[in-house]
Amino acid sequence: MKIVIAGCGKVGTAIIARLVEEGHDVVAVDSSPSAIEEIINVYDIMCVCGNAADDDILAEAGVPGCQLFVAATSQDETNMLSCFIAGRMGAAHTVARIRNPEYNDKGLDFLCQNLGLSMAINPDRVSAEELYNLLKFPSAANIEHFSGNFDLIETTLDSSPAIGVSLAELRRRYDAKFLICAVQRNGNLFIPTGNFVLSEGDRVALTAAPGEAQKLLRKLGIFRKSSRNVMILGASRTAFYLSKMLTAAGISVKVIEIDRRRCEEFSAEAVGNGMFVINGDGARQEVLEEEGLTSTDGFVAITGSDEQNILISIYASTRHVPKVIAKVNRPELAALAEKLGLGSVVSPMRIVANQLSRYARALQNTEGSNIETLYRIMDDKAEVLEFSVNGDFRGAGIELKDLGLRQNILIAGIVRGRKAIIPSGSETIQPGDRVIVLSAGHRLGDLNDILSGEESAAQS
Amino acid sequence: MNRRMILYVIGFILAAEGALLLLPAIVSLIYLESAIWSFLITAAVCGALGAVLLLTCRPADTSMYSREGFVIVALGWILMSALGAVPFVISGDIPNYIDAFFETVSGFTTTGASILNDVETLSRGGLFWRSFTHWIGGMGVLIFIMAIIPNLSDKPVHIMKAEMPGPVFGKLVPRANDTAKILYIIYIALTGLEFLFLLFGGLPVYDSLVTAIGTAGTGGFAITNSSIGGYSPYIQWVVTVFMTLFGVNFNLYYLILVRQFRSAVSSFELRVYLLILATVTCVITVNILGTCSSPGEAFRLAAFQSASIMSTTGFSTADFNAWPGLSRGILMVLMFFGACAGSTAGGFKLSRVIILFKAMRREIRKLLHPRSVSTVTFEGKPVEEATISSISNYLAVYAACLLGIFLLLCLDPSAGFEENFSASVACFNNIGPGFGGIGPTSSYSAYSVFSKLLLSLGMLAGRLEIYPILITLIPSTWTRR
Repeated sequence: MKIVIAGCGKVGTAIIARLVEEGHDVVAVDSSPSAIEEIINVYDIMCVCGNAADDDILAEAGVPGCQLFVAATSQDETNMLSCFIAGRMGAAHTVARIRNPEYNDKGLDFLCQNLGLSMAINPDRVSAEELYNLLKFPSAANIEHFSGNFDLIETTLDSSPAIGVSLAELRRRYDAKFLICAVQRNGNLFIPTGNFVLSEGDRVALTAAPGEAQKLLRKLGIFRKSSRNVMILGASRTAFYLSKMLTAAGISVKVIEIDRRRCEEFSAEAVGNGMFVINGDGARQEVLEEEGLTSTDGFVAITGSDEQNILISIYASTRHVPKVIAKVNRPELAALAEKLGLGSVVSPMRIVANQLSRYARALQNTEGSNIETLYRIMDDKAEVLEFSVNGDFRGAGIELKDLGLRQNILIAGIVRGRKAIIPSGSETIQPGDRVIVLSAGHRLGDLNDILSGEESAAQS
Repeated sequence: MNRRMILYVIGFILAAEGALLLLPAIVSLIYLESAIWSFLITAAVCGALGAVLLLTCRPADTSMYSREGFVIVALGWILMSALGAVPFVISGDIPNYIDAFFETVSGFTTTGASILNDVETLSRGGLFWRSFTHWIGGMGVLIFIMAIIPNLSDKPVHIMKAEMPGPVFGKLVPRANDTAKILYIIYIALTGLEFLFLLFGGLPVYDSLVTAIGTAGTGGFAITNSSIGGYSPYIQWVVTVFMTLFGVNFNLYYLILVRQFRSAVSSFELRVYLLILATVTCVITVNILGTCSSPGEAFRLAAFQSASIMSTTGFSTADFNAWPGLSRGILMVLMFFGACAGSTAGGFKLSRVIILFKAMRREIRKLLHPRSVSTVTFEGKPVEEATISSISNYLAVYAACLLGIFLLLCLDPSAGFEENFSASVACFNNIGPGFGGIGPTSSYSAYSVFSKLLLSLGMLAGRLEIYPILITLIPSTWTRR
């Protein structure tokens, strides 16, 4: 598929990396020759140097006739304008990064409609949502939402009664409805069968019916209460969205920011009950101690620097803060941070790349079953996708155990109407359902790709 | 330095050469020549060596950076030439291996400098292989491999950059793989077109094919001792037109394919190229009027020779050694210019000349108005300062290499000043014939073994734009990462 991406900053590069990996023809536009030089040496793409809102530049990049145009420059206004022009020039779908809170309120739908945007992406807002979920559910190192209140929870087994027990035995012992979908041990990913035995240090991904997850984790001895007061480092846009969500849920928030003017702006923008804005250097341990680091039960580091986030989060972990989350954008640093013992890492770039790759795959198969959501879990080793099933699915009505799935594919859940089903072998997939599929090593574009004998259709 | 990856890609190069050697074998089969065995044996050796490398060196780590790209290109080309010379020795066409090596390097680098005094005694298969090396080397063997094998590397840019000549690297379409395919399709189509035109002019199929592939790579190996001179005026004009066409940036043909005629025609480099050719042709026509029987003949000979030298092909229809000094001087200067970047031609490349000329003009203006600020533009776009300085540096490296080759060549007592200088220039710029004793009617056979190897290195350096060869010679390139 032909895709044009304007803006080769952090977000743009993350999107380019993912879309090239998925095998698309990508043309990038950026006004800085050095940024282009950097990127053209790494990815197999074509680059055009110039203003992304200039129709000549867009024409040179081949916007007329491209299927997807993504504007991810640092300026919302440029993004809107270039998407508008690209749409008029003949780009089939346009996606703009719009992150200013002022554009992201009720007016966003109006903007999207009138600019002809297919989608607006806001990395700050989606990462705030992810941070909020993790603070509400601290047992999980990572948590992904699907429709029907279905959750996929990633957690690490440190000391749990589940260690040394086979999965079949586990299901019998705890009468909860759950499914362990994937286990990562020593960097290798397994899709476990019933006789798989869990051991200490395993990272597991499990799905559970709504309401069951809390019960199950309590039984497994890895349950922690949701945070009641949270300390946020860095008054970024993400902090704005996050503190709004937290104060609305009655959680008290303390935001620490080094820049005095930013503090003033922030306190004017984000007003809520139980909100404190502290002007101080969060990298200094005295400041954190003075503001009560030891008595908070959630610590979030979202400054602009990955390194600072990692280091301060490690310090917070050593001070026994129950839930510590760091924002880390660079994928290699994220992996390193997890090795250093940071339980939870949130990467806005990865979230945005997930959104875009889901969108691009959905565009590629307009006829088959639609991809509703796409996440990558377990250090990007596996993908979890939610499909809405339509009449084209060839496995409809067949019991799962007879379905003939390809290797390394697992049906992690089925949502029928408002009911979430943890599938057993005798369950069937019906048209109208939503199916959650976990896949390792395959690139699924359509639900039919999960069936063996469809190898030619899926690019694995 | 990822040595396994380098060896792995070189494995592909050898396997590709093995496959390509089957074509001259087929030619020998048609003419029922014994030379067929020399090609089959060499193809088997190439195939076996390639297979060994591919099987034993499959890299776990496929990471690749610019230094790997440079080394792959340099080593690949040297090895390819070393093995490509073998059939000539086995079949007895060129019994001396060093001579055969020189001939093969001259072929792959599309130079066309020959050590053969009488080419007509060669086997048909041998002559075909000699010209076919031009065709392979013209667009580049790694680009050929890239076009047929997808996912050779996750960063194919580095290989492509190292093999594609020109100051600025540009792709036609987002993926390197597709770009390589498009380039080869254009290349094959243009070659086929010339073949048909030659066939239409009454040339035998074999002659048409070999002349077409020799022109396409802007090489210059011909199959008669008088080069193209023995053919009819029609044939000479066809070759003139196609030599000019193969000296044009291939990106422009792509623009024409996607129907952007206006931007193709408005290319500044193309206009300068055609303008220089037209001017030079007129001046030489007037200058050689006295030596020709008619103005028409003078015009034909002048146009042919200008196109041949400027596109760095090196065919000839007349002995330009016997022309007046002005014409010979003009041809000598043309040798340095070369044709457009992104074509199959060698030389310094016109786009570099144009940018340097503009930068020079700016420099002079700056002396007059010290506070003036201006940007050099090329093809309607500002040229980055980094690009200008890299072109200036390239000029320095180019001059240093050329002078170095010339000085070392002067150690050889067998030739005079004119031969040595024109041989350095003609080989380094991938043209072929020079002046004096190495002119279009004679050959490089008089040079010593050392001089032949030196000139071979010069031809490789010229074709690959110096840096790959230089970098391979520097020890710190080879340190483990």
